[in-house]
Amino acid sequence: MQKRLANWGNYPTITSEENAFTQEQQLREFVVSNRQLIARGNGRCYGDASLGKHSISMLKYDKILSFDEQNGFLETQAGVTLDQILDIIVPKGWFLPVTPGTKFITVGGAVASDVHGKNHHVDGAFSGHITEMDVITGDGETVTCSQERHTDLFWATCGGMGLTGVITRVKFDLKKIETAYIKQKQLKARNLEEVIRLFDEYKHYTYSMAWIDCLQKGDSFGRSILIVGEHATKADLNPKQQEAPLKLPAKPRLTVPFNLPSFILNTFTVKAFNWLYYGKNFKKEINNVVPYEPFFYPLDAILHWNRGYGKAGFVQYQFVLPLEQKAGLVAILQRISEKGWGSFLAVLKVFGHQDSLISFPMEGYTLALDFPVRKGLFEFLDELDEIVLQYGGRLYLSKDARMKQDVFWKSYPNANRFADIVKTYNSGKRFESLQSERLLLTK
Amino acid sequence: MPTVLLLGAGSDMAVAIARKFAAAHYDIQLAARKAAALQPLQQDLQVRYGITATIHDFDATNYSTHAAFFAGLPTQPDITVCAFGYLGDQEQAQRDWQEAATIIHSNYTGAVSILNVVAESYEARRKGMIIGISSVAGERGRQSNYIYGSAKAGFTAYLSGLRNRLFRSGVHVMSVQPGFVNTRMTQHLTLPPLLTAQPELVANAVFKATQRNKNVLYVKWPWKYIMLIIKMIPEGIFKKLKL
Repeated sequence: MQKRLANWGNYPTITSEENAFTQEQQLREFVVSNRQLIARGNGRCYGDASLGKHSISMLKYDKILSFDEQNGFLETQAGVTLDQILDIIVPKGWFLPVTPGTKFITVGGAVASDVHGKNHHVDGAFSGHITEMDVITGDGETVTCSQERHTDLFWATCGGMGLTGVITRVKFDLKKIETAYIKQKQLKARNLEEVIRLFDEYKHYTYSMAWIDCLQKGDSFGRSILIVGEHATKADLNPKQQEAPLKLPAKPRLTVPFNLPSFILNTFTVKAFNWLYYGKNFKKEINNVVPYEPFFYPLDAILHWNRGYGKAGFVQYQFVLPLEQKAGLVAILQRISEKGWGSFLAVLKVFGHQDSLISFPMEGYTLALDFPVRKGLFEFLDELDEIVLQYGGRLYLSKDARMKQDVFWKSYPNANRFADIVKTYNSGKRFESLQSERLLLTK
Repeated sequence: MPTVLLLGAGSDMAVAIARKFAAAHYDIQLAARKAAALQPLQQDLQVRYGITATIHDFDATNYSTHAAFFAGLPTQPDITVCAFGYLGDQEQAQRDWQEAATIIHSNYTGAVSILNVVAESYEARRKGMIIGISSVAGERGRQSNYIYGSAKAGFTAYLSGLRNRLFRSGVHVMSVQPGFVNTRMTQHLTLPPLLTAQPELVANAVFKATQRNKNVLYVKWPWKYIMLIIKMIPEGIFKKLKL
C-alpha cells in the first residue's frame, strides 16, 4: 500500500510502498525481487535515512528470541523496540548497555545508527556490545556477522544506515543493575568554559550530558546544566523504594495531539523556556535519586513532542568535533546566538574514543540542536557545516536530512571503504534511501 | 495454569491474542500449517511472559487429521481460539474454482471440522470456551468479496448454532466480528483509519470479552451500527450499490 511516510522530524516526507514480514523466507524473497528498498523501524531517526521508494516495515519482526538471565545476553529480532526490552529486563536486574534519548527505537535501528548514550565515554556505542547479528544482503542470503566473522559486513552495518541489507536478528550484552533508579547530580554552569571544566571534573561518572541555553551572550555565553548519574544501589533508595527496587510505578503520559502552529516557537518563547529551565535549579548543585525513565528518556514522557514544531517539521543538527577543537564549538554556538535561532533542546556531550568504519562518534564534543524548518534555515546550516568541516568534525547521519554530498565525503574518513563494502553486499543496488541517493552512498 | 489453543497462530491477530493471554499467565498452544515458523513466537512468549508455549502442526483443510491433532495436544486447552482464515482474491475466485475452494475451506469447512471435535470434547467435560474470529463481511454479501463473505457467513451461523447447543453444558461460544484490522492480510488495502483496529486492540477486546462471557463481539463499536444499517437496506436498492 502507498503511504505517506516521514521520520521524527516530519521533514522530508515521501510516498512509499510499505511491506511488513514475519517470516524470514518471505522477507528474503521480497528482497531479491525488488529494488529501491530500505528497512524501517519505528521512524525515530530524524531525517531521511529510512525513507525509500519501498520500505520494509520491521515492526512485525518483533520477537524476543532468548534472554540469558544469568549472564546478561539478549537475542531479539530487529523490530523489537528498546521500550519492550526494558519492560522485560529491568525487573530481572538488567539494563541496556547503551541507550539513546528515546526508548521508542528498534534494535535494528540502534544498530543501523550505531546509537550512543550518555555513557559513550565509558561504554562506547551500541556496536561494541553486539555479540552477533544476522543481515539479509542484496542477494537474499542471511549472513551472520560479528567482530570476528564477516567483519567487513559487521562494521559497515553498524552505523551503515541499512545500506548493507536488512538486519533481522541481533544478540547483545546487557548491564547488571541493582535498582531501577539513577543517582543523579545536576550542576549549574555559568558558561561554556565552566561546563567543559565540569565535564572533565565529573568524567568518572558513567552517565553525563549537559543542557545548554544557546541564546546567551557575553559572560553567560553557553550557560548550562550538567547532569551526571550512576545506577543507584539498594542502599541509595528510601525504604519505600527498597521494597521493590526494580519496579517503577506506572505513570500517565502526556501527548501533543496535533501540530502546533509554528509561530508558537520563536526566539521569545525559546528564551522563556530556557530561562525557566535554567532558573528552576536554584542551587548550584542538586543531588537526588530518580527513576531511570525521566533520567534517560525525559522527552518520551511527552508522546509526539515533535508536533510542537508545526507542520513544516524540523531538523536536528548534531555534529561532533575533535576534543582539541573547542574553538569550533564556540564558533558554532556564537553563530547560533547571533542568528537568534536557538532551539528548546541543545544537548552537549563529550564522547570517548571510538575507532569505527562509518559510525558517528569520535572522541570529542557533540552538540545536538533542533531547528524548525523555515526560510533560510538550510543556507544557515550550510554555513555551520563549513565550520564543522573546518574543525575536522562530522554530522550524525541518523539526524541528517539536508547535508550536501561533499560535506559527507570530506568529513567521514572511511567513506570510500564503506561505499566499497556496501557495493559488495548490496548487490543489484537493492537498498537505497533518500539519504543514500542524496549523499551518493550507493553510487 | 489455564491453557489457550490458538488455531492459525501465525496471523498478526493471533500473535496479539497470544501475547494478551500469555501476559495474563495462560499457557499457549500455537497451531498452524508451518509450525516450525512459529518458533520465534514460541520463544518470544516464553521469554516475555514466563509461560509455557508449545507449537503444533495443524492444517485446517486436512480434515481427517483434526481428531488426532486435538487428542494429541499435551494438555486439553481451556480456551480454543479459531483464528485462521484466508481473504483470497474475489475476482480470481469468480473464475477459478481452486481459489474459491481455498477461500471456502479455509474460512468455513476447516473451521467446522476442527470445532466439531473441540465441541464434543468440551461438551463431555462440561466446560471450556470456543472463540471464533469471523468477519463483518459475513453479514451481507457484497460484490467485492462475497465468496469470502459467504464462507464467513456460514462460520458466523455455525458459531451461533454451536453457542445455542453448548449453552446447556456450560460451554461458552463467542463470535468475534473484528471489522477492518491492520494486518499483513490487509496491508495492500486502503482502510479508513477510524474504522480500522490494530491487532492489539482486537486482542484486548477479545480478552476482556472472555472475562464477561460475551456472545458476539464487535471490536470497534461503530461496526455494530454500520452493519445494522447495511443489513436494513432493501435488496432492491442494495443490488444497485457498488459495495
